[in-house]
Amino acid sequence: MNDRMNRISGVRPKRGPRGLILEVGSDDARCVVPPELDVPDVDLDEVLGGAARSVLPHLPQVTEVEVARHYAHLASMNFGVDSGMYPLGSCTMKYNPRINEDAARLEGFAALHPAQPVGAIQGALELMVTLADVLGEISGLPSVTLQPAAGAHGELTALLCFRAFHTANGGPRSRVIIPDTAHGTNPATVSMCGYEVTTVPSDDRGRVDLVALREALDTDVAALMLTNPNTVGLFDDQILEITAAVHEVGALAYCDGANLNAIMGVSRPGDMGFDALHINLHKTFSTPHGGGGPGAGPVCVTPSLGAFLPGPIPVKYDDGTYGLSTPECSIGRVRSSYGNFGVLVRAYTYVRALGGAGIKEAAEQAVLSANYLKERLKHTYELPFDRHCMHEFVLSGRRQKKEHGVRALDIAKRLLDYGFHPPTVYFPLIVEEALMIEPTETEPLADLDRFADVMIAIAEEASTDPDTVKGAPYSTPVRRVDEARAVKRPDLRWSVGE
Amino acid sequence: MRYIPITCEQREAMLRAVGVSDVSSLFSDVPDEVMFDGELAIPSPMGEMELASHLRELADSNSPTGRLVSFAGAGCYDHYIPSIVDHVIRKPEFFTAYTPYQPEVSQGTLQAIYEFQSMICELTGMEVANASMYDGATALVEAAFMAARVTKRSKIVVSEAVHPEWIETLDTYAAAGTVEVVRVQFESGVTRTEGLAGLREAVKDAAAVLIASPNYFGSLEDLNLIGELTHEAGGLLVVATNPMLLGVMEPPAGAGADIVVGEGQPLGNSMSLGGPAFGFFACRQKNIRQMPGRLVGRTVDVDGNDAFVLTFSTREQHIRRERATSNICSNQALCALSAAVYMSAVGRHGLADTARACVSKAHYLRERLIATGRFTSPWDVPFGYEFALSYQGDVAEMQRRMLDRGYLAGVDLSKAMTPLDSGVLLAVTERRTRAEMDSFVREVESL
Repeated sequence: MNDRMNRISGVRPKRGPRGLILEVGSDDARCVVPPELDVPDVDLDEVLGGAARSVLPHLPQVTEVEVARHYAHLASMNFGVDSGMYPLGSCTMKYNPRINEDAARLEGFAALHPAQPVGAIQGALELMVTLADVLGEISGLPSVTLQPAAGAHGELTALLCFRAFHTANGGPRSRVIIPDTAHGTNPATVSMCGYEVTTVPSDDRGRVDLVALREALDTDVAALMLTNPNTVGLFDDQILEITAAVHEVGALAYCDGANLNAIMGVSRPGDMGFDALHINLHKTFSTPHGGGGPGAGPVCVTPSLGAFLPGPIPVKYDDGTYGLSTPECSIGRVRSSYGNFGVLVRAYTYVRALGGAGIKEAAEQAVLSANYLKERLKHTYELPFDRHCMHEFVLSGRRQKKEHGVRALDIAKRLLDYGFHPPTVYFPLIVEEALMIEPTETEPLADLDRFADVMIAIAEEASTDPDTVKGAPYSTPVRRVDEARAVKRPDLRWSVGE
Repeated sequence: MRYIPITCEQREAMLRAVGVSDVSSLFSDVPDEVMFDGELAIPSPMGEMELASHLRELADSNSPTGRLVSFAGAGCYDHYIPSIVDHVIRKPEFFTAYTPYQPEVSQGTLQAIYEFQSMICELTGMEVANASMYDGATALVEAAFMAARVTKRSKIVVSEAVHPEWIETLDTYAAAGTVEVVRVQFESGVTRTEGLAGLREAVKDAAAVLIASPNYFGSLEDLNLIGELTHEAGGLLVVATNPMLLGVMEPPAGAGADIVVGEGQPLGNSMSLGGPAFGFFACRQKNIRQMPGRLVGRTVDVDGNDAFVLTFSTREQHIRRERATSNICSNQALCALSAAVYMSAVGRHGLADTARACVSKAHYLRERLIATGRFTSPWDVPFGYEFALSYQGDVAEMQRRMLDRGYLAGVDLSKAMTPLDSGVLLAVTERRTRAEMDSFVREVESL
């Protein structure tokens, strides 16, 4: 096939990366140019104290059509939620409503400067106060900061508040307990906050092993970090015993809100005994992932921890106006300005589109869609935890690996050939050959069915023609990449002369 | 319901397939005590048309800089954003994609980040740059933490002329006890280097010296001198800078910077009340294993074709867990993409011309303001496109009255970490015309 495509000598097939934008263009090409200077030109070397740049940075020098075509080609090599089902477990890849995008771009939001006086940003403050109230209501934890830029940043913010709380009550303590099913950000955050990680095992239902937890708990423990529903997609029904045991030794209970999409309007982390929760607005509240960010990771805490939150916090005064206030014992800022405001606008828009009932309905449908897929797939793949799941479930590719040498990774890659983004693989760590599937509530039934059909077809293929699965994908812009070479021969940037 | 594509009939069929009669049965693991049986106190839903007008109303109750003539900066600048930038980042293949963990279907994001990393290296003069941090403040903190790992020291020296919100962020992170922060004062607009002995003492045993140039007050620092002192003492020099100014200013690498960070907003990102934009982070290749954040590398696929992939992931939290170089996972990828498109659209000449326009206009305005007799210069040091002046009167009152006349008259420096009495910080971007500046001067003179 390649021979035919390459018949015109020197013309390469369109598939895969083409040249870098840094390699095209010419020195006299122009795209957007600033207007003619209307003030006297300065002598740069003189006004910059001798620090004028002698050689210009080698940025691209191209025309607008070249910019447009370059990025159109890059976009064509990408897969997004609009491209097809994206059942990436723990990532909640739901549809990103377009009105959210329009909202964030309104001049009255996008062109605000953070140093503007509060009188000139009343609408922005109102939006933030309302969003914080909504998040407080959904979480059952009424004190909220919108400052953190991402989930991990929210974890860090909460743990620093915990540290300040403990310090104010005798000492910071030294350890934080994390179950072995936790996201990697949890232990990484613990270290950044100056604590030691103590890992507790899970029981045969993927729940926290209560006996092991009780053994690990003492007055050196600052907190337990827990995801509920957990990372195998199950709600830990011992949650009240867990948080009570944590509180018994004076420690605090932290909820990783990555899986909030399952329980919005159904059960509130505050009612489960959690003291703090971060919410990923870029998961649960439909703001886009942007190819890795920006997100937003607001933190909701109990009123007694509210005094430690980072400031400033938008507030509503009795006279109906809005302002900013810094909590009494605030840990201080965790970033500049007020947070990823543009992301907050999108989440606010989503909340106002759905209302309270709509939010609960989203959670219910997410759970129903996950259970539906689980039923369709549980006879083909091993299901380590056979009970009603929440918004996601974990299958194991153990059978396919043992019988045909086809690994979870191979199954994931083969899905690409059928137009699906793969599920999360090899996480959580406690399930061998894990395939973690989260369809979300925004997936049409036809796509759920097609995904199940393809998963079943791949399992069949694994038994009849395993090498085809192991060599996948075949139809993507590039095929499996050499990751080892990327480390051995680091090429992390282009430079002149390449 | 909005955004749920399942019909009632389909829902019934799905329930039957699962073997339950009601969706509430699926929540049987949730103990009754923690079931929420009330109704969420959340405003009722709106259709798209009413929602659109509600949002417009809310947005209109702000006074965006589009309706004001803005001289506010302090880390967030009113630069022009070429039309093509938003058209690119609005492509759903970019903005609805996840982190590019599956390289086969993420070459667009990966190549764009590789190009972004290359452009940041070009601007800063450094050898490697990561895929972005949350903002300038957290990039600075991560640089301090990285320097502590590289040098196995814990003392972080920071100039008080760094942005006060960034210093506050550093203090917040440092409260965990992993590093100790020592501040050095500034004088005459720049970090104090007169009493060299004092500075030498401060940098002794330091993991890093954090300095900004231009600093919070817009002034350019003597990086060579501070770099020498830092390196003599075995520490790393961390320089925060403005990427727009790097279009015409020598990159910090030349002054011996080991890590260069900054707020990337000036490159094609809207101000958006200060977020989201992105922090950039660049360093020397030899310290790459201590770097925080994602990195994209170029390699090949099984057919030998060029391919891009996330690399050196063993530094990151999803692999290394509690021994990771940072807990960062989501970064500001789409904002970094905006910056890459911006830099492609303006090019090296456009960036230089824009930066030159900013610098020329700032110097013009400063001179005009001083000529009114209402402003004096607190110091005489080189600056880029932002500068501090002392106002002969009450700054807050002046700003309030100027706002009524349609001007955002800079940032009040009485709230800075080292307050400048009656100080006001003014930034001038390429968007300000001579006519706007002349009327601003007339208006402020008439107060």
